[in-house]
Amino acid sequence: MLLGPTLAVAAVLFVIGVLGVLIRRNAIIIFMCVELMLNAVNLTFIAFAQSLGVGGQIFVFFVMAVAAAEAAVGLAIVLAIYRHKETVDLRNINILKG
Amino acid sequence: MQLVWLVPLLPLLGFVLNGTLALTRPQAKTAVSLIGPGVLLAAFGVAIAVVKDLATPHPGAPVVVTYWDWMPVGALHISAALQVDSLSAVMILIVTGVGSLIHIFSVGYMRSDDGYARFFAYLNLFVFFMLVLVLGASFPVMFVGWEGVGLCSYLLIGFWFDVTANADAGKKAFIMNRIGDFGFLAAMFLIFQSTGALDFQSVFTAAPTAFAPGSGTITAITLFLFLGGAGKSAQIPLYTWLPDAMAGPTPVSALIHAATMVTAGVYLVARANLLFAMAPVSSAVVAGVGALTALFAATIALKQWDIKKVLAYSTVSQLGYMFIGVGTGAYAAGVFHLATHAFFKALLFLGSGSVIHAMHAAYHHTHSQEDAQDMRNMGGLRKHLPWTWALMWIATLAIAGIPPFAGFFSKDEILGAAFARGTTQPIWYVFWVFGLIGALLTAFYMTRMMLYTFHGPNRTGDQEREHLHEAPWVMTGPLVVLGILSLAGGALNLPALIGGGSWLEHWLAPVTAGSASLLPASEVSQGTEWTLIAVAVAIALIGIAGAIQLLKPASLVPARQSPAEHGFGKVLANKWYVDELYDTVVVKPIGWVSRVILWKGVDQGVIDGAGVNGSVGVSKALGWVGSKLQNGEVGFYVVLFVLGVALVLRAAIR
Repeated sequence: MLLGPTLAVAAVLFVIGVLGVLIRRNAIIIFMCVELMLNAVNLTFIAFAQSLGVGGQIFVFFVMAVAAAEAAVGLAIVLAIYRHKETVDLRNINILKG
Repeated sequence: MQLVWLVPLLPLLGFVLNGTLALTRPQAKTAVSLIGPGVLLAAFGVAIAVVKDLATPHPGAPVVVTYWDWMPVGALHISAALQVDSLSAVMILIVTGVGSLIHIFSVGYMRSDDGYARFFAYLNLFVFFMLVLVLGASFPVMFVGWEGVGLCSYLLIGFWFDVTANADAGKKAFIMNRIGDFGFLAAMFLIFQSTGALDFQSVFTAAPTAFAPGSGTITAITLFLFLGGAGKSAQIPLYTWLPDAMAGPTPVSALIHAATMVTAGVYLVARANLLFAMAPVSSAVVAGVGALTALFAATIALKQWDIKKVLAYSTVSQLGYMFIGVGTGAYAAGVFHLATHAFFKALLFLGSGSVIHAMHAAYHHTHSQEDAQDMRNMGGLRKHLPWTWALMWIATLAIAGIPPFAGFFSKDEILGAAFARGTTQPIWYVFWVFGLIGALLTAFYMTRMMLYTFHGPNRTGDQEREHLHEAPWVMTGPLVVLGILSLAGGALNLPALIGGGSWLEHWLAPVTAGSASLLPASEVSQGTEWTLIAVAVAIALIGIAGAIQLLKPASLVPARQSPAEHGFGKVLANKWYVDELYDTVVVKPIGWVSRVILWKGVDQGVIDGAGVNGSVGVSKALGWVGSKLQNGEVGFYVVLFVLGVALVLRAAIR
């Protein structure tokens, strides 16, 4: 199988996700970047599952379940913040600080 | 013999019972009066049985009764064990016997005191610890008793602790004794290092091979032991606590600070006689310090007005004689003087207690604030206290060394031994001369005390005079018994010279046998011995006659109107300013170091400054950094997060 190219794609996807989280300020976009990172990891799992056994695939299901839950809760929070502050720009959401 | 544990345990039982009563029902004086002296009399009875057991057929090897393994540490096994031998036999008889008499006396003396039950509880506890001290079969067990009597001494000196001076006197005694205890501990460590054991039998068996006679180790051990003895037995330079200890009730002065506890140092030297005999330098130091103390304390006693202070300095002086004895190698003579001194000094103290009791009652009657212990307020008490007068004269003649009273034989034996040792080591002639001058002064100041207290006109005050009366029988009874002992106590050890059997010396022979061969043989001829006796008696007579000749009780005025001392008399009245010297040389510098360096420097500077406030500052600074990190910007957190992950990955993947 094409382990090398698959991992390369996963790595590229992961880095894009990381950069997106670092650079973008919109909460929704950041969410999507986080999903991107999760799915990059999923891809890595799948790729290795080919040679190392079925455990990787099982993990992917866990990750997907958690990602779904996280997306539900996270989006609900973002929605609540938007109702409160009429923005989802993280630069304006900074009242919790020392 | 198997009942020996009862001897210390009975007073402990008394302590528990009296202590419980003191805490729960302090007014139950009848029960206390029965328990306090009762347990002592019972202990005395058991002690007699034990000693009788030891004496049949004749005193031989010491009997060690082991109860349990107290401190098993590696190869060292210290047992909770009691040792009965001829030396501890003498001591337990003195402690329980004289102790019983003093307990009975206290029933009368302390009757009206609010702390009656507490007093007997402490007194019983003291006797328990004293018996542990003399019966202990090893240095550590002895040390338990040693510390315990120090504690009880502290508790009883400060018995009337509502007066600051009394509490201070207690603290002084305790602290000065700590110095001595350091010596005792250091000696124990050295003994363990050299012999690997701490119980008497093993140490004394190992000593001849473990130590070279006169070597540095044995000298250090014995000097440290003597430091302990000097603290407990109030020798120069640690004697100043004993006169202050007179702040305690008079029976305490009689029991602890005259008859028993203060002789513990003498007992210690006699117990370790083998070690001291192997260290000639230490023995000379013991005898020398004893001689110096005997003379020095006697000079101070010449000018004291407080009747108990006179007796206190007299005690210090007499303890000096005992140390001359044990330092000279005349261990039996030292113990003999210990015994006779217990009789006559207890009698003197209890007699003075009887006098103070009368004086106090008289002043109490008229609500006068005069000092009930100042001899200038007494005088002519012979009419009012005839029994006390007669009995105290017996004790005075005994301590002055007039034959056939007890003190004559013991003191003469010590001085004779010192003189005999002088024939081989001339330095002992100096000690002998010191002792002789001390004897002269002893006769003088004791006669002075008797003259000022009992003779001449009465200076108590016209209203008070009619209230002066003899103490009740519960107080004079013990005085009579002690009077008989002071009169006949010399019979314990009549010298061969006058046809006696030196009974005590033979009795103690098993204990002192090991050291006998190590001491230089010093014999003097019979003629010399007679001369020495004649000199000693003449000296005592000169002292008494001189006092009667020189002192005029009639010219005294009550304390309130007395002129201040001047010249040399002032130096003596102020005790050679030794307390002031110690205050300047020791107390003030320690106070300065404590205040400036320890308090201001270490406590406030290091502990408070660097320790407490320093850690506050550190956590404050860390908190400031942390609060700056938490700036509310999620993006900033994510950057840190990614950086952290990158660092971890960098560390994980090489």
